[in-house]
Amino acid sequence: MQQLIGDLIFLLFAAITIAGALMAVGLKNIFHNVLSLALTLLGTAGIFIFLHAEFLALVQVLIYAGAISIAIIFAIMLSPPLSMKPVPRSMTKILVSACVSALVFAVFVYIFIKAPWQVSLDPSLGDYSVVHLGEVLVEHYAFAFELISVVLLVAILGALVIAREEPGRPS
Amino acid sequence: MIYQQLMPYLLLSAGLFCIGLYGVLERRSLIGILIAVELILNSANINFLAFGRFMDVDKAVGQIYSIFVIGLAAAEVAVGLSIVVAIYRKYRSINIEKLVKLKG
Repeated sequence: MQQLIGDLIFLLFAAITIAGALMAVGLKNIFHNVLSLALTLLGTAGIFIFLHAEFLALVQVLIYAGAISIAIIFAIMLSPPLSMKPVPRSMTKILVSACVSALVFAVFVYIFIKAPWQVSLDPSLGDYSVVHLGEVLVEHYAFAFELISVVLLVAILGALVIAREEPGRPS
Repeated sequence: MIYQQLMPYLLLSAGLFCIGLYGVLERRSLIGILIAVELILNSANINFLAFGRFMDVDKAVGQIYSIFVIGLAAAEVAVGLSIVVAIYRKYRSINIEKLVKLKG
């Protein structure tokens, strides 16, 4: 009974994720796309909880569904004409893109079935705690951790420089 | 017990990746492409966590790689959006078919 309920909730989150993703690439209005992206990210956060990554689920909601989608919405709203100018689509482009991605999906499924996965016998063994996560992060991955902060700093400075109005040139 | 096997997570992330791929190929608006790239990064995250959970590895490693992906995605969005704003200022459009100056 408990497993049936777990299955149903998992399928619900998976359906939310896939439906949000389809709307994020399919709808015409760019604003609806961003809102569907936020829906997908929330569904993914639910999937993360199923994978025993509660901290990652929190980070996903905070950074992805919170900060990143809000940043995209800000970029759309700060430049008014962007929000009401849906770019027309051509039928051949849609067909070719759909065929390519369906082909890639078929190759993926073939690999998944053929590959001899070395699945562990009892996945619930092991230390999933945030304490362990933090210890490994600052002991074995300390250099990458520091590097990511430098990358973020440089990215923010670069974003400021690129998006700044050029002095002496009215826009 | 669907949720205690590896395969459903792999299929989910493959589906997410292919929808994102379709978006990158088909969208003509730069912000639309950025959104599709976010979908692809999310499918990578699901894969990292799924393999971290179902393989015999340290359970923290998959999560740490996901944290790195999320951090890099934040940087990517910041730079990408500022490039979108700069391109809009220069071309008055974000349709990628009009950005042909590098063709010479």
